[in-house]
Amino acid sequence: MPGEDIVLRTEALQKSFGSLEVARSVSIELPRGARHALIGPNGAGKTTLINLITGQIRPDSGKIFLEGRDVTQMDVAGRVRHGVTRTFQINELFPNLTPLEAVTLAVCEREDLAGQFWRPLTAQKAAIDEAFDILTQLQLADVATRPTRTLSYGQKRLMEIALALATRPKVLLLDEPAAGVPKDESAMLFSVIAALPADMSVLFIEHDMSLVFKFSSQIVVLVGGGVLLQAEPDVVRRDPRVREVYLGQAGYV
Amino acid sequence: MTTVSQAATDPHSWLRGQSRWSYFEIAFWVIALLPFYFFPTYLTLASQIAITALFAISVDLVLGYAGIITLGHAMFFGLGAYAAGLITKAGWGEPLTGLVFAGAFAALIGFLTSFIIVRVRHLALIMITLGLGFLTLELANAMSWLTGGADGLRGVDVWPIFGWFEFDLWGYTAYSYSLIVLFLGVVAARRIVHSAFGLSLRGVRENLTRMPAIGSPYRFHLQKIYTISAALAGVAGALLTQTTETVSLETLSFQRSADIVVMLILGGTGRLYGGIIGAIIFMVARDQLSGMNPQYWYFWIGLLLMAVILVMPNGILGGLSRLAGRRS
Ligand SMILES: Nc1ncnc2c1ncn2[C@@H]1O[C@H](COP(=O)(O)OP(=O)(O)OP(=O)(O)O)[C@@H](O)[C@H]1O
Ligand SMILES: [Mg+2]
Repeated sequence: MPGEDIVLRTEALQKSFGSLEVARSVSIELPRGARHALIGPNGAGKTTLINLITGQIRPDSGKIFLEGRDVTQMDVAGRVRHGVTRTFQINELFPNLTPLEAVTLAVCEREDLAGQFWRPLTAQKAAIDEAFDILTQLQLADVATRPTRTLSYGQKRLMEIALALATRPKVLLLDEPAAGVPKDESAMLFSVIAALPADMSVLFIEHDMSLVFKFSSQIVVLVGGGVLLQAEPDVVRRDPRVREVYLGQAGYV
Repeated sequence: MTTVSQAATDPHSWLRGQSRWSYFEIAFWVIALLPFYFFPTYLTLASQIAITALFAISVDLVLGYAGIITLGHAMFFGLGAYAAGLITKAGWGEPLTGLVFAGAFAALIGFLTSFIIVRVRHLALIMITLGLGFLTLELANAMSWLTGGADGLRGVDVWPIFGWFEFDLWGYTAYSYSLIVLFLGVVAARRIVHSAFGLSLRGVRENLTRMPAIGSPYRFHLQKIYTISAALAGVAGALLTQTTETVSLETLSFQRSADIVVMLILGGTGRLYGGIIGAIIFMVARDQLSGMNPQYWYFWIGLLLMAVILVMPNGILGGLSRLAGRRS
């Protein structure tokens, strides 16, 4: 579609760990407001691709553009400040902070208030209100003042998203947001994702194909570090190669 | 399913409750006045305890809150001690400006070394802090023309506080002075840990991987707290100089760096008062035990440390607050 507003674009990203090629010339595009799914068998390099986009690891070659600007050299925090935020496949939370404190912290960091050491935290009223709004939106208000470590697993997965939302991302990369969550709860998690602002571009990794088909408008299929196919769900569903390398073997669809 | 308490529904009042002065704190400061009336012969010891407690708080800010493990913090204590001594030898004996001078000097060195500190973690961090500590000690030893070397700095002459309160033999002035500075130090440290900045330090301690992922320039935060902590340690060192009118190389020693960490862990990290409680127990124990058998008193400290940590892994205050939490 010409003139489409591309927020995030990778250009021939290449990465090897020793002799293992985990990204082979990966070029993908994420338009504004996208709901794209990233699928592929275990070890395909999905998490690695997110690590490359967010800067946790550096590509051997290739480039990353955010709103047309080359961010390949920028560090993780810098990219977050420019609007690229991710969640983690394995929880990376603040166990002894309460959700309220953790999300307030993320808001304060975004607003450059987190260096203020003389003003009481309680004076950061707007940040606290915003944090509580995010927690309410994610149905975490009831547990907002308990230590994060005491939350249920599903609530911890929601905290991953809450922390990411507090950075006000333009691009949100969700690494298996529902990993390990029971089926009934994962539907709830995805309803939260479906309700995200329409102008936020979302790329999510998910193994459950029914969720992928339900919530994505485009699917990127990654196999052995390379993009096998990027297309609409219906096309992916019918593609014989995808059925062979991914869907068929696991007995999905 | 979940009972929604009033606190859970109002985030502002819950956060206010977190930073409110507790009855425990108020009681503590009232008790801190008792030595004036009940143990007037121990005022000198009480003053040393207050100074050590201030030092412990400076270490708690980096170790307990920001998770920077240090075994070399005596370097800032000692630098403050020498700075306070040398300024009097240069002809300026006014104590309050002396404190500020010593704190500023320690802060400057803290800021410079913080560039290395934030680049390393874990074992490497311990080694770097140790190394910097040794370096400072040997430098002070070698520069004996300035520091007096192993003989210590002699001829420190501190003027009366406000030109009026002389440092007396009994330690009335020393303890009053140290206690007031400790109190101000606690007020400042409290303010810092209950700010947005204090929250970000706890974030660093809790999960360093997450901090950049929420856009945090956490290295700046760490440099900032390291500098603040160095200043506080320097003020503690200056207090020791001013109340004893001597400075020895011991103020820079590894032993002092290690002892302060022991006190902090004994009392409980990350709660400010843990360091104070630890300092009281450690110093009173040393005073009593070294009277009985001077060579072996570390045996008892070792025993005490093991007993406390086995029963209360988070130190005495950690254990007490857990007990209190279970009861309510
Ligand atoms: N830091 C690293 N060093 C060496 N090898 C790595 C590293 N990170 C990932 N790998 C390897 O790269 C490959 C791709 O890993 P990655 O985590 O990206 O897969 P994935 O598609 O996210 O898989 P999963 O569905 O299991 O999460 C795997 O074989 C993994 O073992
Ligand atoms: Mg993965």
